[in-house]
Amino acid sequence: MGTFTKPTAPRVNYINAEHGLKSWLLTKDHKRIALLYLGSISFFFFIGSLYAIAIRLELLTPQGDLVQSSTYNKMFTQHGIIMVFFFLIPSIPATLGNFLVPMMIGAKDLAFPRLNLLSWYIYIAGGLITIYALLAGGVDTGWTFYTPYSTTFSNSYVVATGLGIFINGFSSILTGLNFIVTIHTMRAPGMTWYRLPLFIWAHYATSLVMVLGTPVIAITILLLAFERLAHVGIFDPALGGDPVLFQHLFWFYSHPAVYIMVLPSMGVVSELIANFSRKNIFGYKFVAFSSLAIAVFGFLVWGHHLFVASQSVYAGMIFSFLSFAVAIPSAIKVFNWTATLYRGSISWDTPMLYALGFIGLFTVGGMTGLFLASLAVDVHVSDTYFIVAHFHFIMVGGALFGYLGGLHYWWPKISGRMYPEGWGRFSALIVFVGFNLTFLPQFVLGYLGMPRRYHVYPPEFQVLHVLSTAGASILGVGLLIPLFYLIWTLRYGPVAEANPWHLPGLEWRTSSPPPTENFESTPIVTWEAYEFAPVEELKVIGKFRPEAEKA
Amino acid sequence: MTESHIATEHAAGHPALQHHFENMEQQREAGTLGMWVFLVTEIMFFGGMFLAYMLFRSAYPGAFVAGSNHLDINLGAINTGVLIVSSLTMALAVYSTQVGQRGMAVVFLIATMVLGLTFLGIKSVEYRDKYRDSLVPGRLIPGRPFHPAVQEHGAPNDPHKLHLPEGESVKHVELFYWIYFALTGVHALHMIIGIGLLSFMLYFSLRGRYSPEYHAPIEISGLYWHFVDIVWIFLFPLLYLLGRHLEHGG
Amino acid sequence: METAIRHSSFTIYHSIYHSPFTIHHLPNMSEHIVSRKIYFAIFGALMVGTAATVGAAFIDLGGHLNTVLALTIAVIKATLVVLYFMHVRYSSRLTWVIVGSGLFWLGIMFALTLSDYWSRNWITPF
Repeated sequence: MGTFTKPTAPRVNYINAEHGLKSWLLTKDHKRIALLYLGSISFFFFIGSLYAIAIRLELLTPQGDLVQSSTYNKMFTQHGIIMVFFFLIPSIPATLGNFLVPMMIGAKDLAFPRLNLLSWYIYIAGGLITIYALLAGGVDTGWTFYTPYSTTFSNSYVVATGLGIFINGFSSILTGLNFIVTIHTMRAPGMTWYRLPLFIWAHYATSLVMVLGTPVIAITILLLAFERLAHVGIFDPALGGDPVLFQHLFWFYSHPAVYIMVLPSMGVVSELIANFSRKNIFGYKFVAFSSLAIAVFGFLVWGHHLFVASQSVYAGMIFSFLSFAVAIPSAIKVFNWTATLYRGSISWDTPMLYALGFIGLFTVGGMTGLFLASLAVDVHVSDTYFIVAHFHFIMVGGALFGYLGGLHYWWPKISGRMYPEGWGRFSALIVFVGFNLTFLPQFVLGYLGMPRRYHVYPPEFQVLHVLSTAGASILGVGLLIPLFYLIWTLRYGPVAEANPWHLPGLEWRTSSPPPTENFESTPIVTWEAYEFAPVEELKVIGKFRPEAEKA
Repeated sequence: MTESHIATEHAAGHPALQHHFENMEQQREAGTLGMWVFLVTEIMFFGGMFLAYMLFRSAYPGAFVAGSNHLDINLGAINTGVLIVSSLTMALAVYSTQVGQRGMAVVFLIATMVLGLTFLGIKSVEYRDKYRDSLVPGRLIPGRPFHPAVQEHGAPNDPHKLHLPEGESVKHVELFYWIYFALTGVHALHMIIGIGLLSFMLYFSLRGRYSPEYHAPIEISGLYWHFVDIVWIFLFPLLYLLGRHLEHGG
Repeated sequence: METAIRHSSFTIYHSIYHSPFTIHHLPNMSEHIVSRKIYFAIFGALMVGTAATVGAAFIDLGGHLNTVLALTIAVIKATLVVLYFMHVRYSSRLTWVIVGSGLFWLGIMFALTLSDYWSRNWITPF
């Protein structure tokens, strides 16, 4: 007999349980920490976007007329640093991951709540130091800090920026450590590994990458900073060092880092596709193990960033082969998502739109990655806009779309309010159109030879650049709209019920917003991850608007 | 409506049980696992420097031998012994807590810390010698660049002077010292953190917080301490014993 | 609204299932206490190993053998510390996997980077 106790919205939830700034700044509640992160990464995203605007404005014309080249170098460097280290890497794990991992496994909190709070403070410290460096004069080495320019010739704030990134790395490590230990030791009774939502598998895999990769960039930046300060070291050839060693050490982390950015997003997409098709994910174990495979294989391919850096051609062949191999688990996921959609009962809500966008755009980004894995093609398009387009398809079309989809999907759980569906769909469409208009022309630009990191270019490239900038403006508008309506819902949005989407996930079996300890009592899990009723039994299709309750 | 959940009992609330854990066993398991995951990050952190060491040693073997032979093997060997003893005392501190011998636990914790400080003391003697002989690379010490006195061929053996074989460049020896300082410096930093960690353990041990039922923090601190010892177990032969067999006149 | 969700999956679970982490047993039952004898034995082995590695360092064994021997002794010493002082010998399989993964990942970083440096001389310029 069905005995599901429908949770009633408690008068006291994690948001109003305690009041005052101190209760937020000294909180140990993973949900509050997630919100602290949400605010701060949104701030950094905004800063990173400002640099993007500057770049796209400059590139409207073939001449370098908006900024000098030294300033332009700083624009793209800082855009990259802020977006990669202070937005993309923490984004989903620190916000949605922090909020949902304990809830999805039936725990009261993460294993180390105080370390979690420390993670946030470390993130803020790293961010403030980096902002200081940007304001003091900026850094112009490219987010990749290649030597010997960064050690010897650059006159910008390399050490300060490096320090900020170094500190920020510990935030990542602690978050990953927390997730790994939590998932291993704090699952509720009955929550076996194969009953875990794929969101958890994805975050587990991400955490492996965070823990194994981040320390290497930490030591690399440390050595870089000391080399710059001490005028001796292992990266500058004039001092007897090897600049390619820097690249090996840098990319040993920075390639897996892109999987830190995309794996959580894939986890979100698995949730969205299954839940908005009202259908169990096709090939659950394949998707779960693909996440792990991506995490492992991701560590074996970094040399594809060194194809044109005088790396041995034999090593190049090995890395090329492995780079093809790493595409396989990602492709498995795409196939499984598609098979999940087949004969599902699809509802076109905003989160689903972002998930579908992810699948299409990630596929394009992933396939262009195969072009780059091929040694001969890579020689031709390396350091061109082809590369820029490739990684933006993955980072924006992939990671950001998943983030936005997840944010909307779990917004009622996080805030207790429902976002306006019409505006949600509208902005998703704007974002999709704007994104494609921004970055598709860049593939062509790169293939035709437009180098990256240049602000001056031959006039025949201008049309494509203008299209790209036009797209960027549309993308910007599309991203601003949710900022406004999501904040609007906090005050004026309809109150959401505990399970507004009517889904079986564990996080939906507690109130929206949840109480501080997540569940009224420890759940005992007896169901599989995506157990939906057969389609015929569904009586409610397509309309899942909660009755607006008077607050 | 019957509840579909069965609340899991909490263990009779041990005062150290944190609210989000079900029982002490889970808390201990999580803490130990957390420390092991952290140690894996440390393996990768030091690993980058070991990789650099490997590459530059094969690139400049003669210079590395010259630099290595100029390190004080006696101090290095003594320090190795000191750390191994400290690992023993750390293990005994954990043992004592496990069997309830609180007094001995305090003794062994203090012994471990003293040995750690001894290691750092000997290290600082070494560093001071390097400073005195102008062996600190680059501009790490402003005003005292890397400028070792080089042994002239045929002159009587002077331990303060660098024996530089034919064809080897002082620049490459400087790279050896760069890696030496990077590795031992980061290691020493970890030792300092370890001693700090043990001082907390000592404080709480003196307050009687730990017992056979609850001693996970000491065990976990022990894991960290042993790891720092293991790093040194590799550093010692790689830095100090490179080319002793090639030394002319010892 | 429960009609949208299968009812049968929410039956009360009456059996005495506990997750592995809600076992109510005596503290220390899962914890093995290593004897002091073993600790002292390992300590002795470590000191012997140190003496051996210092002694062997002065003997020219030819080729790379000095390095191989020194590293072998270091690996043995480290293994003893890991297994006995750090209790890995008596730890869960998960701990073994974690330690192994750390070493394996270090190996990946070394092996693939060296694949670049060691194969650079293979190709002769045209």
